[in-house]
Amino acid sequence: MFRFLFDRDTWQEVFDSFNKNKLRSILTMVGVWWGILLLIGLLGSARGLENSFNRLFGDFATNSVFIWAQNTSIPFKGFQEGKRVRLSLTDAKKVEENVEGVEFVVPRNQNQATVVRNFLSGSFAVGGDYPLLDKVEKKKLIHGRFINQNDIDDRKKVVVISEDIYKQLFKKDEEAIDQYIQINSINFKVIGLFEVSNITMGPRIDLHIPFTTFQQVYNAGDQIGWMMITGKLEYDIVQIEEDAKLLLKNLNSIHPDDNRALGSANAGQEIGRVTGFLTGMQFLTWFVGVATLFAGVFAIGNILLITVRERTKEIGLRRALGATPFEIKRQIVVEAVFLTLVAGLLGIISGGWILIGLDAAFGQGDEAVIVNASVSIAVVFIALTLLIILGTLIGLIPAFKATSVKPIEALREE
Amino acid sequence: MLQIKKLHKSYPIGNSSLHVLKGIDLSVEQGEMVAIMGSSGSGKSTLLNIIGMLDEADSGEYILDGLLIKNLTEKKAAVYRNKFLGFIFQSFNLINYKNALENVALPLYYQGLKRKERQELAMFHLEKVGLTNWAHHLPKELSGGQKQRVAIARALAANPKLLLADEPTGALDTTTSNEIMEFIQQLNDEGKTILMVTHEEDIANMCKRIVHLRDGVIIEDKKIKQVRAGHYV
Repeated sequence: MFRFLFDRDTWQEVFDSFNKNKLRSILTMVGVWWGILLLIGLLGSARGLENSFNRLFGDFATNSVFIWAQNTSIPFKGFQEGKRVRLSLTDAKKVEENVEGVEFVVPRNQNQATVVRNFLSGSFAVGGDYPLLDKVEKKKLIHGRFINQNDIDDRKKVVVISEDIYKQLFKKDEEAIDQYIQINSINFKVIGLFEVSNITMGPRIDLHIPFTTFQQVYNAGDQIGWMMITGKLEYDIVQIEEDAKLLLKNLNSIHPDDNRALGSANAGQEIGRVTGFLTGMQFLTWFVGVATLFAGVFAIGNILLITVRERTKEIGLRRALGATPFEIKRQIVVEAVFLTLVAGLLGIISGGWILIGLDAAFGQGDEAVIVNASVSIAVVFIALTLLIILGTLIGLIPAFKATSVKPIEALREE
Repeated sequence: MLQIKKLHKSYPIGNSSLHVLKGIDLSVEQGEMVAIMGSSGSGKSTLLNIIGMLDEADSGEYILDGLLIKNLTEKKAAVYRNKFLGFIFQSFNLINYKNALENVALPLYYQGLKRKERQELAMFHLEKVGLTNWAHHLPKELSGGQKQRVAIARALAANPKLLLADEPTGALDTTTSNEIMEFIQQLNDEGKTILMVTHEEDIANMCKRIVHLRDGVIIEDKKIKQVRAGHYV
């Protein structure tokens, strides 16, 4: 059936008919070439943007939710409305134990503190944190380490500071690790220096001290400021948020319908919005690319229709010499597929070049807008398959046109 | 070899139709060389087209080599044309972007022969028409007579039972015409059956039998003494 594809004569014929209409064939191929170029270029760029978003979110658990306490708005169980709700470590523990799909619950505390070193001082947010925080909101440490379990157990007076604090309190290139700074007049040893991440949920915190130390210093007892809950990947973070809130309302005597008592921010939802935008962009890209491709393929069909019209006599002669209508059609379809495929391959290659160019121009360094702009092999194959199918379908039109004329009429034509 | 009985053919023209062939009876034996003569509009080309399976009759019977030619599918017609018939046209109808050898090899391609066999066979036939040295020239580099000889070689390539020629000398000058006719006569001498449409008296006289057509009927069908084209050259 497909043996003719390996026949030298088939390709000789294709080559001959291409040569006869060189300029026109090339001009029509430009249509398909442009379509594929757009498709590859846009898809690659969209992928690059997505990669750069992913890199931003990379150090952040995307399926997480923050819950903090506010004031009640509905009277319940003898309490008047406006009661100040306070969350505790016990609440965090209960959430971790009882809500389905929870991976971690990280209780946190936060306060404002005056930080002094030598003669320099400033006011910064200080957080009481567990080592687990590093799992949920990855800290990029430039020097030293993050808080560990030992620090928690011994209530050590150690602190992990941000780059910004370092810049304000230390001289350039000065060693910060093992130096002491004063937080609310208490000396803390600096154990780590972290880079401020582009993406943070909740308040910005420049100083992390052990949770237990925070409890002691601020006399916080069991109270926590808020909790970060991360869900396992296969669970819906919105559902986890609802379950956790309901449990917390139950534990703290809050009316189940009270929507103001607990505040929350769902990172999963926010990030979902961004990824939704990216998905939309990819869809748009496919739409534009494929539509352009269609236009290009139609142009090829059009040109073949004209070529066939010009070759009416030749086709008539071939039929007089014994070519069956099938052989004639097959030849024209092969020509259509060949033209689309060659144009498509050139488009893929030049699309690749564009992506290489984009990568060179915008894809370098940490602040890159487009990261690793590329298309997968699967996309290339889909595009090629699409081209072959479209080429075949569009080739059928001139093919049937070619054999619809009786050989006698074709031969008579001058 | 060829029997035609009560052949009718009409073409629709607007609402009415033009009755071109009005009951043709013709029988041609193996080895004959027949000229079909008539003024334009007499139906001679239509008759040749029907014999060549390029066109189909409305009614009547057409038997070629014992085979009834009727209601052929396009595919069958193509196979029969390839197997039984060789065509020679007034305007040569060579494919202009293929060289002489490739043109001659074309019917063999549609017979499904391998490339090498095709080339050898095509070369053999080109040699027969004396154009070995021109095998790799394009039609535009050949003279009218040479083109027609390539076309004859092409018609012979598939070794057909019947050679159909439509005004084979119509586009040629007298000297070249005589050369071509001499060659066609030679083919006939070797046993090929030849059917030729012409309106030139002297060309018709070089055949062995003349069939006169007028207004779609045969008015005369006579065997003649063949004039050898060689005498003129």
